Amino acid sequence: MIRVEDVSFSYPGKPVFSHLDLTLPDAGIAALMAPSGYGKTTLLRLLAGLEAPASGRITGLENRKTAFLFQEDRLLPWLTAEKNIALVSDAERAAYWLEKMEIDGGQYPRAMSGGMQRRVALARAMAFGGDVLLLDEPFKGLDEALRDRIAGRIRDVFPLTVLAVHDPEEAALMGAQILRLDAGRNG
Amino acid sequence: MNKYVRRALIAAVWIGLWQGLMLMVGLPKLLPGPADTLRAWIALAGTGEFWLSVGMTLLRVAAGYLCAVAAGILLSVLCWRFRTAEEFLSPIRSVIRATPVASIIILVYLWIAKGRVPVFISFLMVLPIVWTGVQEALAGVDSQLREMCRAYRFTKKQTARYLYLPAVRPALIAACVNGLGFAWKSGIAAEVIATPDLSVGKYLNDAKVYLEAADLFAWTLTVVLLSMALEKTLKAVMRRKGEKP
Repeated sequence: MIRVEDVSFSYPGKPVFSHLDLTLPDAGIAALMAPSGYGKTTLLRLLAGLEAPASGRITGLENRKTAFLFQEDRLLPWLTAEKNIALVSDAERAAYWLEKMEIDGGQYPRAMSGGMQRRVALARAMAFGGDVLLLDEPFKGLDEALRDRIAGRIRDVFPLTVLAVHDPEEAALMGAQILRLDAGRNG
Repeated sequence: MNKYVRRALIAAVWIGLWQGLMLMVGLPKLLPGPADTLRAWIALAGTGEFWLSVGMTLLRVAAGYLCAVAAGILLSVLCWRFRTAEEFLSPIRSVIRATPVASIIILVYLWIAKGRVPVFISFLMVLPIVWTGVQEALAGVDSQLREMCRAYRFTKKQTARYLYLPAVRPALIAACVNGLGFAWKSGIAAEVIATPDLSVGKYLNDAKVYLEAADLFAWTLTVVLLSMALEKTLKAVMRRKGEKP
């Protein structure tokens, strides 16, 4: 189990969590749900190790490789889609995930629509591989039909997938166990 | 209208104005016309010393310029990476930028061999341009992309190659192009004051001393043409390498 125990965290001048307790499953798919501003993104960042809690601890993620889809696409603008992905994996995996995401790998990010860039970022996270996949608003900018197809392709690839979404339909699409972040928030 | 014809016409208008001004002033010994200047230039270009002087001046400026680009990159990385280095070294940059080039040339002339003065001055004028440009670009690298590199476990080499180098490249190119003009002008100015043998600056100075206005114009024309040729060459090299100058 992954345990978030008594975790507090603030950005300068902006408290986010105070004594948060939450348990995530060891495997499967979990969706963090809460209204905007409740710290879904921050919790993913804490799980990814990009932020450290001010107090409390997170256990169960030690020595587990984590792939993170940021809320922003964060593609290197001077590399093609294919190179953006191959950089974190290899050419074969890049080609595989580009096909799964229905993307032409030869294009540069600036020539792509928002939805296409999102899929490249998603392909990069998938190709990176590992034990835990953290997805922050993975379907942002995708139309419904594409979203349904992509969800089916990323669902059972990683032992554990944790996603932050605000739309319950997206959680259902992934077959995710819903974890209400606002329920675990104290103070 | 063909762009070459248009350019030729514009040049003809300016040369016509120059000729007109010369006729109005009526003192060809002080303000020579285009024909006198061209005659003087042809006479100079017919001597081996002219080409040797041009070559030596180019060599001096190029040496100073290339050293400045290398040192500028090094210092920018150092000051960006280490706060202490920035605090320790940035006053030097401020002093170089604030001191008039003529003062520096005269000071340096007292300290080092006159043939090296133009090299050092070109170096000194280009250094802060590259240093500042690259350091600012390094500081401006997108923090979200930096974090992405960390999250995807980029090695230091990968981060440098795929994030920092491409992000800094436009600023480095801009600094190199701007710096070239400064290197050239300051290098020639240093030669005029230090008058090393076989230098364009020495001949410019001689022309001034002996009131040979046509020679002065011919040497100045040489300097301007070389400056334009250098800038075009640099831009062509960058275009060939796929960079946007």
